[in-house]
Amino acid sequence: MIAVLQDPVRRRLYEYVAAQGREVGRNEAAEAAGVARTLAAHHLDRLAEAGLLESGSRRLTGRSGPGAGRPAKVYTRARVERSVSLPARDYRTAAELLAEAAEEVGLDAGLCAAARRRGESLRGAAAPCGGLEEAAELLASRGYEPHLEGDGEGEGGQERVLRMRNCPFHAVAERFPPLVCGMNLALLEGLLGVDGPVRARMDARPGECCVVVEASKDNER
Amino acid sequence: MTTPAHAFHLAQLNVATLLHPFDDPRIAPFVELLDPVNSAADETPGFVWRLVGEGEADATGLRPAGEDVIVNLSVWETQEALWDFAYRSGHLEVMRRRREWFERHVEAHMVLWWVPAGHLPTVDEALERLSDLRAHGPSPRAFTFASSYTAAEAAPPHMAPPDVALRAKPADEAEAAAV
Repeated sequence: MIAVLQDPVRRRLYEYVAAQGREVGRNEAAEAAGVARTLAAHHLDRLAEAGLLESGSRRLTGRSGPGAGRPAKVYTRARVERSVSLPARDYRTAAELLAEAAEEVGLDAGLCAAARRRGESLRGAAAPCGGLEEAAELLASRGYEPHLEGDGEGEGGQERVLRMRNCPFHAVAERFPPLVCGMNLALLEGLLGVDGPVRARMDARPGECCVVVEASKDNER
Repeated sequence: MTTPAHAFHLAQLNVATLLHPFDDPRIAPFVELLDPVNSAADETPGFVWRLVGEGEADATGLRPAGEDVIVNLSVWETQEALWDFAYRSGHLEVMRRRREWFERHVEAHMVLWWVPAGHLPTVDEALERLSDLRAHGPSPRAFTFASSYTAAEAAPPHMAPPDVALRAKPADEAEAAAV
């Protein structure tokens, strides 16, 4: 698994496809990685064989029936979780057991306090996060897959917000959503700061992280 | 789950013991979330029905399980629809803050079971399922998200596909028939 991603071209291709959050064709991936289409196709298929990407076929032209052409091969990031540890460790079982115990005893408040402290210590002496672009960089470095949404028009248009395509705590969050999603929110509040230009807020949607990051509204603080 | 019309729907009961009286200011943030979250439920794909008091917008005025216990009884087309609403909508924020308003339950506080499509469960029926879960643990008659059963597994033997009927233990059949 690790070896599959060692090749820099392959890694760029993987990272590009994963970041799009939709099906990506060979031409588009090749262009994004700055390599020829045939080389991109080769690497994309190796990534699919390794289970890191899922492949399918789609008519990208939108036409159908005779004359629409051969369906193109498209790739998306595999939904399954991959984890590698050398030597073998099993933090996932530990996390599940600790979460189960915390849920049973009702330790939500204590867990959130610990998560907020951890977020604050990760931020260190830095000022609260200054804007959505800075937040995106910070979150990407923490294993989230942030993307900006909305056109920033406010009235009539949709306000610009930062959403995350994945949940770094997915396996435990699925089993104990209120507990673990609450922990996640507290961690991000600590990391981004609660009295700066941006704030984290819970706004769950199917298939995404439960938190949205948006500009702070002074009248709500 | 892929058939367009579901023969069975998923019923859900939740009980929550209030930490303070319903009109206490400490419960007000919960009360404020009731209307928006209930409206969201009503508009969620897969939502079928939820219990409301006579002439009321919700079921918080009904206290069938105790003076300080509010109940939430609803029916959904699929388990996925209910899960997405419970944990992937504005409802998650209510769940996240549950310890501010409700006591922690030592016993099960949520139960799921399958009902024939079109059947709206009564409160008594729902409380019986909760008692069943508390007394016997998860079974096709009364289960939870973490230990769920399919509608086929819960169907009475004569209605289930042959392979399911064969797998059912005699004791389960007798109990299922008695429910």
